[in-house]
Amino acid sequence: MARDVAAVIPERLVARRLDGEQVVRGVLAALFAAFLWLFVVYPMLHVLWRSLLDNSGRFVGLANYVRYVRTPAIAASITNSLVVSAAAMVLTVVLAFVYAYALTRVRLPWRGALRVAAMLPLFAPSLVHGFALVYLFGNNGLVTRQTGVNVGIYGIKGIVLAEVLYCFPHAVLILSAALAAADARLYDAAAALGARRVRTFLTVTLPGVKYGVMSACFVVFTTVITDFGAPKVLGGKTSVMATEIYNQVIGQQNFTMGATVSVVLLIPALLAVVVDRIVQRRQYALISSAARPLAPGGGPVTRSALFVYCALVAAAIAAVYVVVLATSLVNRWPYDLRLTLKHYRFDTAGGYTALLNSLETAALTAVIGTVIAFAGAYLVEKGRTPGRGALYLVSLLPVSIPGMVLGLAYIFVFNAPGSPLNRLYGTLAILVISNLVHYFTVPFLTATAALKQMDSEFEHVGASMGVPFYRTFWRVTVPLALPSVIGISMYFFLNAMVTLSAAVFLVAPGTELAAVAVLLMDDAGDTAQAAGMSVLIVIIGLAMRVVYWALLRGVSRRTQAWQATGEQA
Amino acid sequence: MSNGRPPAVALDGIAKRFGAVVALQRVSLEVGDGEFVCFLGPSGCGKTTLLRIIAGLERQNLGTVRMAGRDVSALPPRERNYGIVFQSYALFPNLTVVRNVAYGLETRRMPREKIRARVDELLEMVGLSRHRDRYPAQLSGGEQQRVALARAVAPSPALLLLDEPLSALDARVRVALRGEIKALQRRLGITTIMVTHDQEEALTMADRIVVMNHGVVEQVGTPFETYAEPASLFVARFVGRMNVLAASATERPGYARVGSMELRHRGAPVQPAGTRLALAIRPEEIRVGAAARASGDNHVVARVSGVQFSGAFARLTLALSGLGVPELECDLAGDALAESGAKEGAELPLVLPADALRVFPEPAA
Repeated sequence: MARDVAAVIPERLVARRLDGEQVVRGVLAALFAAFLWLFVVYPMLHVLWRSLLDNSGRFVGLANYVRYVRTPAIAASITNSLVVSAAAMVLTVVLAFVYAYALTRVRLPWRGALRVAAMLPLFAPSLVHGFALVYLFGNNGLVTRQTGVNVGIYGIKGIVLAEVLYCFPHAVLILSAALAAADARLYDAAAALGARRVRTFLTVTLPGVKYGVMSACFVVFTTVITDFGAPKVLGGKTSVMATEIYNQVIGQQNFTMGATVSVVLLIPALLAVVVDRIVQRRQYALISSAARPLAPGGGPVTRSALFVYCALVAAAIAAVYVVVLATSLVNRWPYDLRLTLKHYRFDTAGGYTALLNSLETAALTAVIGTVIAFAGAYLVEKGRTPGRGALYLVSLLPVSIPGMVLGLAYIFVFNAPGSPLNRLYGTLAILVISNLVHYFTVPFLTATAALKQMDSEFEHVGASMGVPFYRTFWRVTVPLALPSVIGISMYFFLNAMVTLSAAVFLVAPGTELAAVAVLLMDDAGDTAQAAGMSVLIVIIGLAMRVVYWALLRGVSRRTQAWQATGEQA
Repeated sequence: MSNGRPPAVALDGIAKRFGAVVALQRVSLEVGDGEFVCFLGPSGCGKTTLLRIIAGLERQNLGTVRMAGRDVSALPPRERNYGIVFQSYALFPNLTVVRNVAYGLETRRMPREKIRARVDELLEMVGLSRHRDRYPAQLSGGEQQRVALARAVAPSPALLLLDEPLSALDARVRVALRGEIKALQRRLGITTIMVTHDQEEALTMADRIVVMNHGVVEQVGTPFETYAEPASLFVARFVGRMNVLAASATERPGYARVGSMELRHRGAPVQPAGTRLALAIRPEEIRVGAAARASGDNHVVARVSGVQFSGAFARLTLALSGLGVPELECDLAGDALAESGAKEGAELPLVLPADALRVFPEPAA
């Protein structure tokens, strides 16, 4: 019967008079759409198109792809990338799982210190982890010289090791969250049913973190396959896809082959992201609101064993930083170990200008990125914004675009002769924009999650009282989301400080960045200066982290009053 | 109601669909100036959708909404001049009670002192003056509810919309707040529409009840009318408690067959014999004990299968032997229980008075 009635009722809604607010919303949505089109979709289409042309601009169909897989020297980069990513993924997730398990499920001494140690790699560009391995195990490395054993760090082995170090914090973060969200009632039930520890682990613990493990795998895999820094330093003759793009574009000026490799590199990254989204959606349903948190436990043997393990891992991570710091502070590593500050008098690659540029870029990225990500999420999540579904989907895209690919795409779009967009090329603005886009998805999703938690009627209450939506946004939504806003801007800042991949194509004389300077110094043989610059990047990152931590504490103190649930209720 | 002025709210042929699902089928309705109207119905009946269409938070597919004669169908919520209280209250957690109540006044270019005076007056009215500087999270559910109410009426809107305002509260607070909301509404004389699924709430608070089911208005009437003269079997079952007996029409007008017995009822248009009907009687209308011996028709003997004594009254569960009907519920005044002789397992004569037996031309199942 309902169907008959439905047939009589028209599909379209009663017309609404155009009002000012809807216009404001429409304009903002159009600006957001223009941003996504100009800096995400359009450049990517360009890369796709260029991979179908030859170097003189003639359409050649899939000929470039055929050449790619038929040229053994280039085709090897695909296999190398896959092998490196798979190996690094397995190693990282296994190591990180034990580490995260120890941190969340066992009462360890010095838990806070261990947690901080695991997060250290977030503060350095990936190539710094490569350097550290070179300084230790390279042909003239400390360990090589002391023991006389050359482990042959250049090549796949070394890249995998550096990537494990680099990706470790990401995996630990995801797995800790999954392991911490355990329901103690399940463990009580297992114990009451007489299950032994191994059985409990296999039947309760593992299934509970299944999605967390999968998510960690995807994140590590994508990070590794798109990383440029570590393979650049450690690859030697072994090229992976990310470095192959660099070789083709910078080394051989072969832009079409660069575009071809880029498109191929997009596939695994895109796949990993899509699958990860599906997996994450499932995870939400696992923990019910009635769950009771699990208190960390563990017998004395487990605890000592896991403590030793964690201490070793933390020491290995710390070693990276110690070695880099030491290299930058001694006369000539590892031959002349007298202390000196001379390596901090940078004389190449922009020097302190590069550092200041990095700071400026990171600060601008943090401010503008936070505004765009939060406002974009608001437009998509709250109210009737036209085209919100499409805006959401395109906002998810950047996370699957490797930095190298984005950088190359921007060369195509912003360095095309005769284009009005050309003005951006060679400015800090283009670097800021590439950072905004490269790191857009995670902040956008964070903001979306924060907005979803808010009562959907806030805007309606405001509207019923004649208050325009932007006023309610400013007085209620933003204050409530302040912790997320701070988190988002920190994410932008820290990533902008250490990013290398997109920037390497976009820096110009006068707009050098610190991370690129590290690469150039190392290429020029100024190892110690490269180490010095790395140290400064890490110090700035750590300092900002402390500033943000203080900010967050201040905010949470202020917001505590709002959250104090009424005891008298 | 009809004092020559146009109704505060007039809905004309409102229809709404969500894809293939029809939420409202051409609903027309008028709400008088100063009236308190309840939209009552089970979840999914379309009552909240209708309220949101009036508020402009949802757009209808067909029909017009008029407020005081003005067609507001094309206007955004901001220009409709109403106050609203949501089920979740939607109090701004980062603003104190005072700032919450003042929220709608601050955009109206009102002088600061006037805002202050108005807020003070309202907080006084809802009895929250001493909590003025607290944050919503520091208040009890009932107090939050009152803040939401004060905030909604602060800009002196022409219409107050309440979306299940009491459903998040404890039973005791809920009963107390019913009275308070009603008193506030009377005092301000503000036209009010409240959505609820709680029939008791609707009966105690409303001037008129709009009973809805499956996107259709089943009945509009005063609480007494909807209780005493339900217009459909749905209303009969939904408002108050009702015993429903499956029956069929007989040759004899005014009688219906229930199991092996013929019962006289209130009378209804004659149906062909055998047509399936439903007879309905309220628990308190069944007569037992001395009252049962007096009157004439519809004598039945039942076995008492349960007695629930709750002070002021007692509820009997009665099994009708041989009638092929499920159990009946019967309410007695508490002091009449002993006199009636009802005990678990006892046989009890009773009468189903013909003038209380309503007939509905639809199968009971």
